[in-house]
Amino acid sequence: MDRPTEQVLPRNDSKAADNPTPSDPPVAARTRVKIGRLRIIASLSVIALYVVAAVIGPILLKYDPVATDLGSRLKPPGTLLPSGHTAIFGTDQVGQDVLAQMLQGARVSITVGLATLVLAGVIGVAAGIAAGYFGGWLDTVLMRLADVQLTFPSILLAIFIASILGPSVVNVVIVLSISNWVTFARVTRSQVLGLKNRDFVDATRTLGARTWHLVTRSILPSVIAPILVVATVELGHVILAEASLSFLGLGTPASTPSWGMTIANGRDYLSNAWWISTIPGIGLAILVIGFGVLGDALRDRFDPRLRSM
Amino acid sequence: MTAYLFRRTLFAVFVLWGAVTVVFLVLRLVPGDPAQLILGSDATQDEIARLREQMGLNRPLVVQYGIYLGDVVRFDFGDSYRYHSDAMGLVMGRFPLTLQLAVVAMVIGLVLGISLGVVGALRVNRLADRVVSVFALLSQSMPSFWIGIMFILVFARQLHWLASGGHGGFDRLVLPGITLALPLIAILIRLTRSGLLDVVHENYIQTARAKGLSERLVIFLHAIRNALIPIVTVAGLEFGKLLGGAVIVETVFSWPGVGRLLIDSISARDYNVVQAAILLIACGFVLINLVVDVLYGYLDPRIRLGR
Repeated sequence: MDRPTEQVLPRNDSKAADNPTPSDPPVAARTRVKIGRLRIIASLSVIALYVVAAVIGPILLKYDPVATDLGSRLKPPGTLLPSGHTAIFGTDQVGQDVLAQMLQGARVSITVGLATLVLAGVIGVAAGIAAGYFGGWLDTVLMRLADVQLTFPSILLAIFIASILGPSVVNVVIVLSISNWVTFARVTRSQVLGLKNRDFVDATRTLGARTWHLVTRSILPSVIAPILVVATVELGHVILAEASLSFLGLGTPASTPSWGMTIANGRDYLSNAWWISTIPGIGLAILVIGFGVLGDALRDRFDPRLRSM
Repeated sequence: MTAYLFRRTLFAVFVLWGAVTVVFLVLRLVPGDPAQLILGSDATQDEIARLREQMGLNRPLVVQYGIYLGDVVRFDFGDSYRYHSDAMGLVMGRFPLTLQLAVVAMVIGLVLGISLGVVGALRVNRLADRVVSVFALLSQSMPSFWIGIMFILVFARQLHWLASGGHGGFDRLVLPGITLALPLIAILIRLTRSGLLDVVHENYIQTARAKGLSERLVIFLHAIRNALIPIVTVAGLEFGKLLGGAVIVETVFSWPGVGRLLIDSISARDYNVVQAAILLIACGFVLINLVVDVLYGYLDPRIRLGR
């Protein structure tokens, strides 16, 4: 997201910009830091809410993927079910509580997202360090591979591989990792290129450190911060991609329904049960916005150079 | 320029070869028998053996790869077992519809993206700018399949203004077109806005103002040119992505393009058509990238002389 406060003022306000009163810059800077902190706190609270809901939600509100209760199917939000509890977000086509399904789905989506980031991150960081630190033919091969993959729509690659592997949680993680390692590799490589000739690395090398020691003790710690920023931004994208795959029936299997699948199921009941598709979609969008805002705020705060990545 | 053109074309061919190879490898190296995969779990041993023979799966991988490459060069992807016709022909028949959708989305994206970006830059940090920025954030964060469903819910089911799916007249293009265009709109808003804000303090803009040009003329005659270079590039690259995004949008709106055919063929295990569809979209994507690269090198000499 662009940060409006940082932009140069346009002409309409240029009088103030041309003749700044002495107190102007510090005030602006302070406001900027304050807004930045506010964005971080707000987005973190939203994400924390989802994580808590994903962890304890399914314990409080049981969801059984194979259960059906035809007596209470397609009930609107707020209906009191015969079983005694109120379906806050209504029920779906087989009488399941939509909220319970969403809580279970939050678990699936967040788990898949984190697992994908760990796998893609490990592969990408390893490739990026190898390419950046050793250079030479290894660098050429890895970066050409990255170029080739970037010139190919990632959703298409994911759809193709997922269609062959079949729907399962592990397969979704594999598929999404394959389409996401490139970002990590590129960021890591550019960081390593800047780092490897810095004085502290040279000093460590002069003291007789082996390559492994250099990479794990000197290079890796300095790469972690930008990688975490990138990971935050990517997490939102990964969750969206997972939902899209599940929507197409190529993501998680029916036994572990994610949001994408719930939304897809609701498609057939749009005229008499709008809530099945609508509410999980809003839930998904808010979480993705949360990660987007957090990622942007972290980047602006810790490493504005990453903007162009 | 010739050397640059040659280099870019070579890279495009390289990428296409990569795509073809990936499709080949994924189909054959995945655990399980491709013949089994195609025929499904209730096929008899006899049928599987026959298909293995037919597909040449009993030969060494390298030989299979050679035969496959030969077939690809001749655009021969075998027959669709569902439609009993040439797989590539089938996909090509659907391609104009996908292209139509992508072009409509591109036009909507360019018009809305650039104009909203200009509004944001003219009213920077005011209410209109904030609204535009929030709109950009939302269009980027909401899943496109869900937006499509919401459009159907509101405009087709509730208001009965537009049809919910299928193909036909212009009215059936509006909803899928906007849905597909949303991520593009978001990107173009940001690019235009930041591109304009980057130059508002440049000397040549000051000069234009000093001559007494109205703010509008300054923006549209002078400032926007600077923002246009990245817009051309990104719009070109995004057009390729629209072809990929069309897979999802076509599914939501039952638009009978390549994407819809791809998803249907996946669920019907019609892998010849799946391969043909994937490679056709990849081909379109690579070609568009090539055109953008060449155009860009033409517009900005620094690029082609750079390496």
